Amino acid sequence: MLRDITLGQYYPADSVIHKLDPRVKLMATLVYIMSLFTFRGAAGFMLATVFMIVVIRLSKVPFSYMVKGLKTVIILMAITAVFNLFLTPGEEVLVHFWKLTITMEGLKNAVFMLVRLIYLIVGTSVMTLTTTPNQLTDGLEKALMPLSKLKVPVHAIAMMMSIALRFIPILIEETDIIMKAQMARGADFENGNIIKRAKNMVPLLVPLFVSAFRRADDLAMAMEARCYIGGEGRTKMKPLHYQSRDYLAYLFLIVYFAGIILLRIFLA
Amino acid sequence: MGIIKACKLVHEYIRRDEEGNVESIQTALNAVDLDIKAGDFVAVLGHNGSGKSTLAKHINALLEPSEGTLFVDGKDTKDLKYLYDIRRAAGMVFQNPDNQIIASVVEEDVGFGPENMGVPTKEIWQRVEESLKSVGMLKYRNHSPNKLSGGQKQRVAIAGVMAMEPKCIILDEPTAMLDPVGRKEVLQAVHTLNKKKGVTIVLITHYMEEVVDADYVYVMDKGSVVMQGTPREIFSQVDTLKEHRLDVPQITLLADELRKAGLPLPKGILTREELDAELVELYRRKACQSF
Repeated sequence: MLRDITLGQYYPADSVIHKLDPRVKLMATLVYIMSLFTFRGAAGFMLATVFMIVVIRLSKVPFSYMVKGLKTVIILMAITAVFNLFLTPGEEVLVHFWKLTITMEGLKNAVFMLVRLIYLIVGTSVMTLTTTPNQLTDGLEKALMPLSKLKVPVHAIAMMMSIALRFIPILIEETDIIMKAQMARGADFENGNIIKRAKNMVPLLVPLFVSAFRRADDLAMAMEARCYIGGEGRTKMKPLHYQSRDYLAYLFLIVYFAGIILLRIFLA
Repeated sequence: MGIIKACKLVHEYIRRDEEGNVESIQTALNAVDLDIKAGDFVAVLGHNGSGKSTLAKHINALLEPSEGTLFVDGKDTKDLKYLYDIRRAAGMVFQNPDNQIIASVVEEDVGFGPENMGVPTKEIWQRVEESLKSVGMLKYRNHSPNKLSGGQKQRVAIAGVMAMEPKCIILDEPTAMLDPVGRKEVLQAVHTLNKKKGVTIVLITHYMEEVVDADYVYVMDKGSVVMQGTPREIFSQVDTLKEHRLDVPQITLLADELRKAGLPLPKGILTREELDAELVELYRRKACQSF
């Protein structure tokens, strides 16, 4: 039951996008999200679409994988669309019945918001589909390194993230074992109302936490035994270095964002 | 002086109440003397609570002696400036394979130790490859540790220690959580490291069968070393071992029972082959006498 949770959604393939430095992909995602809320008019919309299609094509990930992420936010999208549709005031009234009015502006807004949301989800899933959680952590660590001058424990945060990634499957498996053990003793995790069910979780959570703390203690000792003393003086087995393709990607990104801004200024 | 030398080593776990007053003192190690030669395969045997895991943690300088001294590779474990030298010289493998693997890819985990030591990237790759090869796990280098068996995970943990190029490896009940196949794999890997790379091995265990091939054995009970010697010397004293709540290998026990029943077998038979040979020899002599 708990086993089918997969972490991240990395889709292994041999593509340019997969090979890009994770920092580039993080930056690109950020810029793409900004561009989605910057573009205006059909031309800007076209540019964002073309950019997305090109990137998806380059990534060699099947389009169906991208769309999967949309399912989880379908309700959010519906609500956004409905609110925009009915609650935007405007001159040109298209439909009017009872207390509801749909204006031309409302229709436009609804469509654009919907498109923005869809592009947002698809765009970010390109990053998660082409980057392993480990690369992502590495990328974040290196990208945020300047913050360590402000005493932000960047290395520690990245280390915690990667350890969490390693232990989530183990803890899930353990939850499964404890659940079965408690069910064999008559615990009921499935019936009753929410409060009762939450109460029934106690015999699951207590042993799980105890064991998680014990694991943490063991792991800390194992790390210490292997000379771990934090980020200082540490070398990397897989250091991140920008390649020429990464600089090219940055250039591509700058051109794209400049295009979006220019279109907004001159065509609006 | 050997690579590991303990003189009157004492460790006390002190439990304090909220005000910091001493509530109880539990002596886990009581005046332990050890001398382990470089290149040896040494086993430390003991029942639960005999202090053997505490001893292991001392050798890795994870604990500080309450009294007495412990030298690892000629360095005093009390001296904080040698802390990392000691941990480099004496690597440690723990009981639970899951709780000592840090990364989510095998090769990255093996690289963790060298990364901490500040080894240059290129050399890390060499070390990782070499140590994975030495435990026979090279083809799993890109796997996730979650998908490996217990024995394989434990071998990855050993490779992780090997990549730090230690002179000595302490294994704290490395097979306690494994099935028989996994136990065999791990022991084989450890023996290979000892023979081919000359790494000193300190194997802490309560499985008698794992001790048979060791060069030297220490038996611990209630925090003290109660017996020491070669496996043959140790296992020839079946009754003393039983006093310390330890068994002997089944074959040794069988030979002992046979001897008690009147067969003139020598003491300290350790393997099936030895017992075989002795029995055949005995039968032959008997046959000669009767004719």
